[in-house]
Amino acid sequence: MNVAHQAFGSSPEIPLSMQGPAPTSVVVGFGFWLFLLSDIIIFAALFAAYAVLSGETAGGPNGTELFDKGHVLLETACLLASSFTCGLGSLAVQRRDMQWTFVWMAATFILGAAFLTFEASEFSAMLTAGAAPSRSAFLSAFFTLVGTHGLHVTIGLFWLLVMMVQIMTLGFRPMVRRRLFCFSLFWHALDIVWIGVFTIVYLGAS
Amino acid sequence: MLGKLTWAAIPFDQPIVMIASGTVGLAIVGLLGLITVKGWWPYLWREWITSVDHKRIGVMYVLLALVMLVRGFADAIMMRSQLALAAGGAQGFLPPEHYNQIFSAHGTIMIFFVAMPFVVGLMNFALPLQLGVRDVAFPVLNSVSFWLTAAGVLLVNMSLVVGEFARTGWLAYPPLSEIAYSPGVGVDYYLWSLQISGLGTLLSGINLTTTILKLRAPGMGYTRMPIFCWTALASNLLIVAAFPILTATFAMLLLDRYLDFHFFTNDAGGNPMMYINLIWAWGHPEVYILILPAFGVFSEVVATFSGKPLFGYRSMVLATMVICVLSFMVWLHHFFTMGAGANVNAFFGIMTMIIAVPTGVKVFNWLFTLYGGRIRFTVPVYWALGFMVTFVIGGMTGVLMAIPPADFVLHNSLFLVAHFHNVAIGGVVFGVLAGYTYWFPKAFGFTLDERLGKAIFWCWFIGFYLAFMPLYVLGLMGATRRMQHYPEMGWQPLMLVALAGAVLIFFGIALTVVQLVVSIRTRDQRRDLTGDPWNGRTLEWSIPSPPPPWNFGLLPQVEGTDVYWAMKQVSSGTRSNAAGDAYQPIHMPRNNPTGFFVAFFAVILGFALIWHIWWMAIAGLLGEVTVGLVQAWRTNGEIEISAEEIAMAEKALVAREVAA
Repeated sequence: MNVAHQAFGSSPEIPLSMQGPAPTSVVVGFGFWLFLLSDIIIFAALFAAYAVLSGETAGGPNGTELFDKGHVLLETACLLASSFTCGLGSLAVQRRDMQWTFVWMAATFILGAAFLTFEASEFSAMLTAGAAPSRSAFLSAFFTLVGTHGLHVTIGLFWLLVMMVQIMTLGFRPMVRRRLFCFSLFWHALDIVWIGVFTIVYLGAS
Repeated sequence: MLGKLTWAAIPFDQPIVMIASGTVGLAIVGLLGLITVKGWWPYLWREWITSVDHKRIGVMYVLLALVMLVRGFADAIMMRSQLALAAGGAQGFLPPEHYNQIFSAHGTIMIFFVAMPFVVGLMNFALPLQLGVRDVAFPVLNSVSFWLTAAGVLLVNMSLVVGEFARTGWLAYPPLSEIAYSPGVGVDYYLWSLQISGLGTLLSGINLTTTILKLRAPGMGYTRMPIFCWTALASNLLIVAAFPILTATFAMLLLDRYLDFHFFTNDAGGNPMMYINLIWAWGHPEVYILILPAFGVFSEVVATFSGKPLFGYRSMVLATMVICVLSFMVWLHHFFTMGAGANVNAFFGIMTMIIAVPTGVKVFNWLFTLYGGRIRFTVPVYWALGFMVTFVIGGMTGVLMAIPPADFVLHNSLFLVAHFHNVAIGGVVFGVLAGYTYWFPKAFGFTLDERLGKAIFWCWFIGFYLAFMPLYVLGLMGATRRMQHYPEMGWQPLMLVALAGAVLIFFGIALTVVQLVVSIRTRDQRRDLTGDPWNGRTLEWSIPSPPPPWNFGLLPQVEGTDVYWAMKQVSSGTRSNAAGDAYQPIHMPRNNPTGFFVAFFAVILGFALIWHIWWMAIAGLLGEVTVGLVQAWRTNGEIEISAEEIAMAEKALVAREVAA
């Protein structure tokens, strides 16, 4: 993508803020960063709600009883690994290397799907144990926070599939490359949010 | 098959609702019929509905706001009439459950569907012109934002006929808004219409922030931007930072209502006060989202019509950004009575008083700009002067209520109602009406009637004081807000004065329509052929009125603030490209129906979710996905305008100006 190069490269004697309208790739990337910022604020509100309600178990099960940390560690490993493969995919896109782009995107998809499978199995185990979101405020906040992240991953997987078809049908034209860039930003941002979830929800359970 | 929807949803037994909605329905059918008979659909579709031109979208936002102003005002005058009548043992003409819907709808509509679209519309229209660029960062997204707002408007208005609206007040506090106490669809109408239009607002905030920070004419560094751009930047940053909180909070309440979650319920560990904290963490910044662009309009108006540069440009920028940051640190003053404790209340009380300091800086800057200027008393200046007097009073009553012990007495009284109308009308409404008058000739090529404009101002100005000064007094006497009737006969005279004020404001609104009709009819006498009817200072006045679709044939080179003023000093105001530079081909975004279809399916989705019609909700969602995929494969999104075409158009515009 070389955003920095495009933004800073042209004429060093004129300050960046006075160089006139930025190129499309910069504008799109910047706009998507702002979107991610707003998305992270949604998570911030859900984290705040979780922090307020995490002790409100209403006589029901608490986090220590429910969470299987080994299970979550594997789940986390899948997501972090998918971020790595996503990064390798971005490098392949920069080389316009169709074959490796597909390989790394497929790996990202599989790892993301594995993450979701872990999450689904955790949720269904909790539901069968009677720990449904309607049981207590703690469980409401837990399912909403973790579920919203899972929903983002699901949307991300759908987006990834769409991008693979876009590369096949439209090739690496600028429009497609910009979208791939935004996708990788999105995917890495979901990782950052998950680090927060892992730390605060799972490690924080006492 | 149709979820909760039955014939019982239509209130046949309520004559007021049926007559009102019948009239509106007939008017809409009549309008659609007229458009069909006259064959205007292709024109509307081509030039407006699918337009991604920021100027057209801005105009549509403002039109939407003006229409909804009528709806919101209808609620207002019903409340004032009710309270003028319902003294002593009298019950007035509105039963409590209907009255509760009316005050909830009034607040919701006025903030979300009048003030917000008006402010966003003005920013949409003016920002790219002031920044010297050809469009916003994401033109198609801009259209999506507008149509999502329109979808929210449609759902709110549907609630008038099909079902009911929330009876919970404009912020739908739980536990009252929970399913246990509000089992009807009213709160669901409220939540879904605001989720949909809120998404539109968020996308618009991202779009305009990117526009200001990444798309400016060459040479326009940050300290050379017009002050309206600065206030718009602060406002849009607040949208990006605050609207997600609203979305998340409403999502939690929706989960409580639909899936038996326990975020804000009384039982199972839920915490209603958390909702109130979260909603005001959005709600207080929202106040500044609305008022900061109004401050920007006044800054432009005062500088232009004083014939002077704005006094204290840098202090104005600093004050704007300080307000932007501080607006996130005062939310608790909306509920000092929650019981957070003396220290917490003291902190938020002091922060609230501190925010008056940058606001005061602004007022003095405007006064010093006027001082020694050759002031032309045009309609926008009337609004600006009326604003300064009125807003200072509203600000002072705000600082008064920032003192927690005083707030304990005044909380939820009519004093509070008077305070926020004092700043909302005296600040936001005066501001957007000033901006409407100021930029109208730029949008349409002719000015609005000046005499009627002044009459509108006096109706609003005097009407405001008559309607709301009595409410301050009534609040101090103990009258509470959201009160459907009262036993105290002594309050009635003041309530009658307040009604008289509302009637005067009604004349102001009616005259706005008259002004528009008269101005269109006499437009040939009031043409703006120069593109600069006010002897303006900023770049939007350097191009013709109305501007060509590409705004600027050549991007202007910016050397300082008040660029166009400086240009006029050296070249007696001839248009850009006096040097005869060669035009370059321009890529403009092609018309795009995506926004319209996104909104179409959003209405279906929202309606289905409100009434629990699950198959229809799935259909709506699939519709959205389809629209998204079609847009993703659209590869001919741009159209190239050749250099010759631009040269010819620019030459014609200059010829017209010379002829004038």
